[in-house]
Amino acid sequence: MVTLNSKIPEGPLADKWNNHKASVRLVSPANKKKLDIIVVGAGAAGASAAASLAELGYNVKVFVYQDSSRRAHSIASQGGINATKNYKNDADSDYRLFYDMIKGGDFRAREANVYRLAEVSNNTIDQFVAQGVPFAREYSGYLANRSFGGVQVSRTFYAQGQTGQQCTLAAYQALMRQIKAGKAQMFSRRFLLDLIVINGKARGIIVRNLVSGEIERHSAHAVVFATGGFGTVYYLSTLAINSNGSASMAAYRKGAFMANPSMAQIHPTCIPVLNDYQSKLTLMSESLRNDGRVWVPKEKNEKRHPNDIPEEERDYYLERRYPAFGNLVPRDVASRAAKERCDAGYGVGDTGLSVYLDFRDAIRNQGKDVIADKYGNLFDLYTKVTGINPYIEPMRIYPASHYTMGGLWVDYNLMTSIPGLYAIGEANFSDHGANRLGASSLLQCAGDGYFILPVTIGNYLADDIRTPRISTDEPEFEKAEKEAKEKLNRLLSINGHQTVTSFHKRLGHIMWQYSGMRRNEKGLQKALQLVDELKEEFWKDVKVPGEMNELNQELEKAFRVADFFDLAHLIITDALHRKESCGAHFREEYQTEDGEPLRNDKDFMYVAAWEYTGENSPPKLNKEELSFKYVKVTKRSYK
Amino acid sequence: MNITLNIWRQIDSQDKGKFVEYKLDNVSSEMTFLEMLDSLNDKLIREGKDPIAYDSDCREGICGMCGLYINGRPNGPQKGVTTCQLSMSVFKDGEKIIVEPWRSKAFPVIKDLIVDRTAFDKLIQAGGFISVNTGAAPEANAIPIKKEKAERAFDAGICIGCGTCVATCKNASAMLFVSAKVSQFALLPQGQVEAKERVQKMIKAMDELGFGNCTNTGACEAECPKEISLSNIAHLNREFYKAKVK
Ligand SMILES: Cc1cc2nc3c(=O)[nH]c(=O)nc-3n(C[C@H](O)[C@H](O)[C@H](O)COP(=O)(O)OP(=O)(O)OC[C@H]3O[C@@H](n4cnc5c(N)ncnc54)[C@H](O)[C@@H]3O)c2cc1C
Ligand code: SF4
Ligand code: FES
Repeated sequence: MVTLNSKIPEGPLADKWNNHKASVRLVSPANKKKLDIIVVGAGAAGASAAASLAELGYNVKVFVYQDSSRRAHSIASQGGINATKNYKNDADSDYRLFYDMIKGGDFRAREANVYRLAEVSNNTIDQFVAQGVPFAREYSGYLANRSFGGVQVSRTFYAQGQTGQQCTLAAYQALMRQIKAGKAQMFSRRFLLDLIVINGKARGIIVRNLVSGEIERHSAHAVVFATGGFGTVYYLSTLAINSNGSASMAAYRKGAFMANPSMAQIHPTCIPVLNDYQSKLTLMSESLRNDGRVWVPKEKNEKRHPNDIPEEERDYYLERRYPAFGNLVPRDVASRAAKERCDAGYGVGDTGLSVYLDFRDAIRNQGKDVIADKYGNLFDLYTKVTGINPYIEPMRIYPASHYTMGGLWVDYNLMTSIPGLYAIGEANFSDHGANRLGASSLLQCAGDGYFILPVTIGNYLADDIRTPRISTDEPEFEKAEKEAKEKLNRLLSINGHQTVTSFHKRLGHIMWQYSGMRRNEKGLQKALQLVDELKEEFWKDVKVPGEMNELNQELEKAFRVADFFDLAHLIITDALHRKESCGAHFREEYQTEDGEPLRNDKDFMYVAAWEYTGENSPPKLNKEELSFKYVKVTKRSYK
Repeated sequence: MNITLNIWRQIDSQDKGKFVEYKLDNVSSEMTFLEMLDSLNDKLIREGKDPIAYDSDCREGICGMCGLYINGRPNGPQKGVTTCQLSMSVFKDGEKIIVEPWRSKAFPVIKDLIVDRTAFDKLIQAGGFISVNTGAAPEANAIPIKKEKAERAFDAGICIGCGTCVATCKNASAMLFVSAKVSQFALLPQGQVEAKERVQKMIKAMDELGFGNCTNTGACEAECPKEISLSNIAHLNREFYKAKVK
């Protein structure tokens, strides 16, 4: 087993980042001009990083699979972004945000990283406001805040239900400005196929030009992956349908460790699955739980219209089970509680797989206008998908795959276990432990991109100022290009009977069934076998039409799904090995009498960082032990 | 229901392209329009035929990737929705549906229903930003902004860059798109510093990129899935005039 060095700076928690900034090596402006950086992905994380690096003077090359980087899935993020401004005077502080995230993550995140995130949170809001993000304001003209799950202060900044859109566009526009200035270059409609490692260092990538189908080589002194989450391994999810794990898997195969891949967030408030054709699930922002009350009928098989069910026959089960936090319990808790009620037969809707989220009382107490002001566009979105008007009757919601806390292992500098390869945003594992709190991902993405990576990458590149531009004729490029072509040709030549999507659906079904909100040894073992069998079937019987040298969307899908099999295998392996329940990872064998998760700090207080050992050999487990010096490790309770 | 589709097929940007007819049975009214196209592709692949290429990503009306011309209207007959939000329930059994890509000089077709909208990125590059480097921002609450102004800026800022406005305009003007960005920033004190240069540069870029002139037909507002208001164009005109006289 390798000992993982997380490179956490010395000193007291609150001084670490400042000490680190004071001690990192710098690259002079003249030398920055000679250094190339590749950024793959340009959502909130990638765009903020690329823009900031270009402003510093590096040559930045940006790669995205969409036609424009404005379309990264960060654009869909809804409810808000956290910061410790304490504008509400409700005793918020860096420490409190840090504490909430550590506790919310069920003591499986790294203290130093999380504290640093709290420290850069205020600068992040300042930056967005200066860039023109129209955050919600009070009548006084000052910024407004609201609460999110798992916290008791009001620290979330928001722009109706489109905070992510506004923040992502701000970062996108900053990047467009750098493109105009000639400091950054955009390569859109490119899909990452492989990472190039030369003499142990990340030096480039292989991409497929999705329009011409050509395979391209690109080199740089350092490579940044900001490729987002892979919740689409469950097929249906709140992510964009083309979200994928391919970049992470490419890095993993080249030696980057995958950390806690099984830590996958299932979000409690999504529009339920309506039919078999569905390609995507729509999130209803967690902010709705500020005013919406979650309930199911007290009777099984209740057939009355929800508005006709009297108060005393409703079970507000979150308020009942968790009086201290009520409807604002963290996501994992709310999701499991919804599943518990539905599995017990109290669910509503045709399938019995949904619960009510009701605004009746909020509208009665605050007035329709106030509620419309806060959630108007979310209510409209709900009506568009379901035809139901939530001003008049409760929404129906159910949990769905949403976010991956797990991801590429990174040290304090956000560098993966491959020197020169960085991972930022949702693609890394660093800050959310076993469960992410709402409004903290946008913060992490922007914090990583604007303020952290630009400092830490300089420290690494300071060694590289004499390295000339990397040639793409190196044998490593040659070999990787050849292998990528072979893989694509192999997919095209199978010419079987089943479509790529049909395989993806089946894989998603296995993952949801056995490796979703509740897991157990037997189910996971079975899932492992099913996934491997399905993978075999895929490589024998998938049908991918068309050619390589053309725009070929089925080939794109096939490449992603091929990676999903390996990723699923890794997720299940991780879930199997973690014999405890923590955060979103709930193992049925490890629970208290009243169904709460039972953590095992003695044996599992570590980050599981999996190492690739070859196509058909099992991954190797490396551990980064976690120690908590600044919080008392307690049982996580929201009662 | 059973439907007949007439879909634009074009191998690549050089190809002349043509309509091809497809029949699709057992379409559920619960499907979205794109899920219907997914199922058509599923069928085509099984039959060994070339599936239809179309763009989409978020499938919830926010990324702006998906727009199609459906029965002569951008994003189909429903008001205020993107193509991915369009439901099949608005179509009738036996209906004939014509599906085309955006048609505009500034958005050339790449394949079938996919167009190249990088001209929109170039418009933003011309001036659709506030020039503040990372780290240079003042404390967020240092500048109070009237709630009503912030809200108007938000209403302009929610443009998704889908290109519906351009596609529906008989002049292929990008005026609604540009004006939304210009107004968003002109409404905010942070954006006012560069207001003059911004509006001039973006209008100039619009001409250079092959977009047409705005003759105030209002078609863009009527079809914009985000219902971006024409008042933004009036606002842009005021800003443009101000920039000229100053
Ligand atoms: C519906 C929804 C609502 C949310 N609401 C909130 C919220 O209110 N607050 C909050 O904090 N968080 C929220 N989140 C979470 C948050 O939005 C995401 O975690 C975050 O935006 C991820 O950003 P990112 O920059 O890491 O990745 P993304 O924005 O997903 O960007 C990924 C980028 O990588 C590129 N890419 C990916 N794979 C490849 C490849 N193989 N080759 C080339 N390019 C590739 C893509 O083109 C894209 O540019 C929400 C998430 C969802 C889905
Ligand atoms: S103004 Fe409306 S139609 Fe035009 S790009 Fe923006 S959202 Fe689309
Ligand atoms: S797919 Fe994103 S708006 Fe339609």
